[in-house]
Amino acid sequence: MKAKLPPLGTLGPFIALLLACVFFATQSDRFLTLQNFSLILQQVMVVGTIAIGQTLIILTAGIDLSCGMIMALGSIVMTKMAADFGLSAPVAIALGIAATALFGLVNGLLVTKAKLPPFIVTLGTLNIAFAITQLYSGSQTITNIPEGMNWLGQSFRIGGTNVLYGVILMLVLYLVTWLALRETAPGRHIYAVGNSPEATRLTGISTDKVLLGVYVAAGVFYGIASMLSVARIGAGDPNAGQTENLDAITAVVLGGTSLFGGRGILLGTLVGALIVGVFRNGLTLMGVSSVYQILVTGILVILAVATDQMSRKGVR
Amino acid sequence: MNFRAVTFASSASVFSVLALAASTALAQAQPVIGLITKTDSNPFFVKMKEGADAEAKKLGAKLLSAAGKTDGDNAGQVTAMENMIAAGAKTILLTPSDAKAIIPAIKRAQSQGVMVIALDSPTDPASAVDGLFATDNYKAGVLIGQYAKAALGGKAPVIATLDLFPGHPVGAQRHNGFLQGYGLKSLDAKSNDLAKPAEVVCMADSFGDAAKGQTGMENCLQKNPGINVVYTINEPAAAGAYKALKAAGKEKDVVIVSVDGGCAGIKDVGAGVIAATSQQYPLRMAAMGVAAGVEYAKSGKKVSGYTDTGVTLIAAKPVTGVDSKDVKTGMDLCWGNK
Repeated sequence: MKAKLPPLGTLGPFIALLLACVFFATQSDRFLTLQNFSLILQQVMVVGTIAIGQTLIILTAGIDLSCGMIMALGSIVMTKMAADFGLSAPVAIALGIAATALFGLVNGLLVTKAKLPPFIVTLGTLNIAFAITQLYSGSQTITNIPEGMNWLGQSFRIGGTNVLYGVILMLVLYLVTWLALRETAPGRHIYAVGNSPEATRLTGISTDKVLLGVYVAAGVFYGIASMLSVARIGAGDPNAGQTENLDAITAVVLGGTSLFGGRGILLGTLVGALIVGVFRNGLTLMGVSSVYQILVTGILVILAVATDQMSRKGVR
Repeated sequence: MNFRAVTFASSASVFSVLALAASTALAQAQPVIGLITKTDSNPFFVKMKEGADAEAKKLGAKLLSAAGKTDGDNAGQVTAMENMIAAGAKTILLTPSDAKAIIPAIKRAQSQGVMVIALDSPTDPASAVDGLFATDNYKAGVLIGQYAKAALGGKAPVIATLDLFPGHPVGAQRHNGFLQGYGLKSLDAKSNDLAKPAEVVCMADSFGDAAKGQTGMENCLQKNPGINVVYTINEPAAAGAYKALKAAGKEKDVVIVSVDGGCAGIKDVGAGVIAATSQQYPLRMAAMGVAAGVEYAKSGKKVSGYTDTGVTLIAAKPVTGVDSKDVKTGMDLCWGNK
């Protein structure tokens, strides 16, 4: 099962990323530098981390529309805890991640126990998380936060290149989660549930437990993304997450994970996030309006889903 | 016993009808004013609502407020308008999310005798509303352009602009005003396009957001590390730009200017993050709108045309030849949490 590589679904994202890089390299001599790639990585670090959680959910044939809003809620909880109650950075961050995990749990319970479709559940929690974030923050950015919360936004130097600690954390998370999905039983169960929940249930695996675990784990990833967002912006922003919300789904789809569940490789999601980042960076270097980035992203999303659909037909 | 209960019930109901009549009469005497902002989740509009609330309380008017769900939510604003007219509002203060799409709804309201005043942003055409109370955004840009030029001294400008998003009049007015103030080739206040003289080496859309401002500045520095002037659409974008410049170790060599005057932004001026900002006054816009609504209810006199609600240049370090006020003055007049 794991040895089989669906050729187009897996290679497509890499080819798209490569083509985009080659194109921008011919357009701007400043594109093809290590410093610029490090920059793109730090620009996608937040959405890339959210997208790990989103990938897990989409692998189970679900979807999470609330991911960005939960991330924003987490960033407000952690910064408020530090700013208003004077809690130390690690404690405040832990509470923020606890809040996002709790939201993940709510999503999971509504999907498994109440048997509601994930699309509807997370459409509801999207609004709830947004409203709580606005009410709790009074729609105000929270700036007076301890230095410790910015640590992941600091960088160290390799050769002549600045690398953010947060980027390293994101890459480690990708690697660990990718291995867990490939090599561990719970990881394989996630694929199984996405492929055929009924068959999975008949083999004695509790699909509810798997799904609940996936939604809570996704909540934890959103919380880690909250921490990265706070470190990057240097503040708690109640309006964060609005673009990340759908960008995360975009990254997963561009990365070749099937919206029908059960198929996809987590590292593809990172590539998907990088594609969006490369376009934003490259078009700015070229001096082209951001609207073109949105246009290209839209076309790529449709191409990605069409590729998945065609390779799926080929299989059957 | 039964009889008494009936008398009690009927007298109670008579009383409640009387009370209802009295309260309706009272409500008729009390002017109802509607305030519709772009969103509920932007400190600028939160402050605008506070200003309207305070003025309504002072003048004995009843204020209804509503907002679109997101910036650009025209349908939400139209619904709010209809509901407010149904609730008896004779004046509606509106911050149009979509300058053109809102016009038919405004016309319907006006045909029912409702006075409509645009706050903060104009409609397109501006004459569609009875009046406009707003900042002169072009002038706000001119002020920071003049300041940036003086602050840079004789050095040749290498400019990055972190704009709003394409096609938004406020974004174009501030951008073009800034270039005009700097003495560079620019477009006039009516233009909706962004001027791009040779001195502007990089333009990025920030959507008025700190994270995207930071990303835009990072990419601009990548394009041209020699940037020494940064124009930003608002202070969150400026704060993002500063973060990018600091990470590159260039924060001391660059003049960042902005527009808005929120408390967090003025604090950033005091902290040296932003060199100067043009401060606008949402509280004043709202208060003036409510006062105009009360006047209309009393005398039937409508407002007309554009009323400039003022803009002040706030800078920590004054420069010769450009009039500016200090951070303390800015903090006294700022909006948002102090």
